[in-house]
Amino acid sequence: MSTPSTQPAAYWEVEPHHHEDGASTNIGFWVYLMSDCLMFAVLFATFGVLHGSYAAGPGPKELFDLELVALNTAFLLFSSITYGFAMLCMARDDQRGTLRWLGITLVFGLLFLAVELYEFHHLIHLGAGPQRSAFLSSFFALVGTHGLHVAFGSIWLVTLMVQVNRKGLIPANKRRLSCLSLFWHFLDVIWIGVFTLVYLMGMI
Amino acid sequence: MAVPANVETTFLFGRLTLDAIPKDPIVWATFVVVAIGGAALVWALTKYRLWGYLWHEWFTSVDHKKIGIMYMVLGLIMLVRGFADAIMMRLQQALAFGGSEGYLNAHHYDQIFTAHGVIMIFFVAMPFVTGIMNYLVPLQIGARDVSFPFLNNFSFWMTAGGAIIVMASLFLGEFAQTGWLAFPPLSGLHKSPYVGVDYYIWGLQVAGVGTTLSGINLLVTILKMRAPGMTMMKMPIFTWTSFCTNILIVASFPVLTATLVLLTLDRYVGTNFFTNDLGGNPMMYINLIWIWGHPEVYILILPLFGVFSEVTSTFSGKRLFGYTSMVYATVCITVLSYLVWLHHFFTMGSGASVNSFFGITTMIISIPTGAKIFNWLFTMYQGRVRFELPMMWTIAFMLTFTVGGMTGVLLAVPPADFVLHNSLFLIAHFHNVIIGGVLFGSFAAINFWWPKAFGFQLNQFWGKVSFWFWVVGFWVAFMPLYVLGLMGVTRRMRVFDDPSLQIWFIIAGLGAVMIAIGIAAMFVQFGVSIWKRNENRDLTGDPWNGRTLEWATSSPPAHYNFAFTPVVHGLDAYADMKDAGAARGRGKYLPIHMPRYTGAGVILAGLSTVCGMALIWYVWWLAALSFIALVGYAIYHTFNYDRDYYVPAEEVRLTEEAHARQMAQGA
Repeated sequence: MSTPSTQPAAYWEVEPHHHEDGASTNIGFWVYLMSDCLMFAVLFATFGVLHGSYAAGPGPKELFDLELVALNTAFLLFSSITYGFAMLCMARDDQRGTLRWLGITLVFGLLFLAVELYEFHHLIHLGAGPQRSAFLSSFFALVGTHGLHVAFGSIWLVTLMVQVNRKGLIPANKRRLSCLSLFWHFLDVIWIGVFTLVYLMGMI
Repeated sequence: MAVPANVETTFLFGRLTLDAIPKDPIVWATFVVVAIGGAALVWALTKYRLWGYLWHEWFTSVDHKKIGIMYMVLGLIMLVRGFADAIMMRLQQALAFGGSEGYLNAHHYDQIFTAHGVIMIFFVAMPFVTGIMNYLVPLQIGARDVSFPFLNNFSFWMTAGGAIIVMASLFLGEFAQTGWLAFPPLSGLHKSPYVGVDYYIWGLQVAGVGTTLSGINLLVTILKMRAPGMTMMKMPIFTWTSFCTNILIVASFPVLTATLVLLTLDRYVGTNFFTNDLGGNPMMYINLIWIWGHPEVYILILPLFGVFSEVTSTFSGKRLFGYTSMVYATVCITVLSYLVWLHHFFTMGSGASVNSFFGITTMIISIPTGAKIFNWLFTMYQGRVRFELPMMWTIAFMLTFTVGGMTGVLLAVPPADFVLHNSLFLIAHFHNVIIGGVLFGSFAAINFWWPKAFGFQLNQFWGKVSFWFWVVGFWVAFMPLYVLGLMGVTRRMRVFDDPSLQIWFIIAGLGAVMIAIGIAAMFVQFGVSIWKRNENRDLTGDPWNGRTLEWATSSPPAHYNFAFTPVVHGLDAYADMKDAGAARGRGKYLPIHMPRYTGAGVILAGLSTVCGMALIWYVWWLAALSFIALVGYAIYHTFNYDRDYYVPAEEVRLTEEAHARQMAQGA
């Protein structure tokens, strides 16, 4: 409601007030993640359309090794927990603890990538590369895009470890850590989808 | 890399050889003209020592107003290129009758219609829309900049980088010959083995990153940076339409990116997403690209609906009629735009039920759109309408767009669409809405906000010359295409047999000439206005008796926009302030927190452009190098924590007092 006022002050804020630095960063990063999620949605949809297009080539039952995938899933899920521990340390301003847990997260992330690369290598070695059939094209695109995200997340993680080491847990670094935290958990959620739709349902 | 084995490449230059230079005399003549023009520009910039000015004041600027203006400049430059393509097509089709082949060979003609579509949508309409939003949204919500100013600069340069890649195809290699959406299997490696489609892919990918990031930026800006008191339902209507547009950008451009990535994999790695063998499915591409493509047309038109609303209300001297219904209509369109994509290919064969669903959703969209038209008409009703240039463009829009909308409803009827699909009727329809809506809206916006951006009014006479040639030219150019479409003429034809069709193409060509005069008159208008700027100064900051907060600033606004944060009590915040006699804030000036300028956006976008060019030409070492440099520089940039500064209170005081003196002089 507009109140008839003769005082200009009611229409202009003349007192000093404080804006929190980077107040928009969290929501901005959320919106980015949702846009990223849509890229994955397209890749999932593509896989959904093409998952039966074997072109007389091998299907999931001949190719996937569920035990290996279970191990890989465990690596990624553990890395999410350890990232959570890093955030708890951050909340207590425990810089050494934060760095330690980030380091452990990185190790899990790299283990995940190593297993995935081994799997890809193995498939290509079997003659089941992305060129073999539309099913394999969509498999490599979906799983590979997730892997690329983990790889970039790892580079980012190393960068942040260096920055926390240099500057400490200043507000800017805390903000960055919480963005990467969102990113890292987001990749976990995507992986749950991959694990279920690609691997588990492929074995039925 | 699993590149086609039959392409000869060298390590140093990939598949780039001297044969890549086109031999077409038309391209050569264009090249000579562009080279002379470019050399003259470089000479002038050097002679008047403007490089430093451009770099320090514009290229590295994180000021949303300057970035907005740079988007508009990009759009205007690309409009000339896109229009040159258009008039070449009109000439070809007017000539190629009675056994004549016209003057363009098939290879060249196919590139021209592809480039025309790509440039007009991605590098004319999008920069106009993004530029207008960038300039206005922070001002309208009473903010000092966007949420992420550096990202804003980077987004602009990515868009410019995409434009550079597309333009490079003119003189080096070729552009795609596939039509503007590059449908496979035609855009696959077997049918398009050379660089054309790769130029298309990388041009759009580089620009698309910029568009997505700018969408996130503006969305968050509107959510988080509104002035105190400005609840969602008190936002200016242009801000509302921008908000919905940016939701659409964030929720659709990733689909384009992912789809183009899959096409890239088909072309570079040899996968089988959209191929005809080994299980690939070309129709999947067409579905995916239109899931982006239909929201895209609303990304283009919604902000201009906002512009028309602001213009109509300002020049009728009234509050907008039906603000709430306008907001809901915009939101309805936003949601519905995702439920209609299949109407672009009813002929796919998805069956009567699916086609009916998409036909009906398409028709439903015309309801909120119609509601908007009535709102504008009722705003004008009993208002004191001032027929200034922005209002003239708005009325031309209402007449033109309504016709275009109605032909759209015709096309939404699946049985009718089976006849009209891919005919010139369709071409006439979408030019009817895009020119009548997006371009007329952009011109209304330019005429409306130019005094705000530069501090002087645009010349009326040349503005009217431009207006009449544009509007009449549009009708003369496109009505014949409706007729031809109903007679069954399909789009993208290069030569014709039936001589009775020729007269319609000649009329359409004359319309294109009139539009050419309209474009020229617009540039004359800019030139004359700049030349005689001292005669048309806007000293008040509020030349049109405006109603929203951007008019509360000086013209042009100080780089920090507002010395004091405005407090909003209702719609039309600035009209309220003027009524209350509180048009200017008074108090003790305080230091203002602002972001620093940075060259990082130019460098990152430059590296992306180099990487794109290297990938097009299979120069793998350069692609790898520029990509590593891109990642490395981005990391390096994050080590810079010192990104802001305070404008001293004294500087704010001097700026504001100068503005107060100017206002006193103007009053």
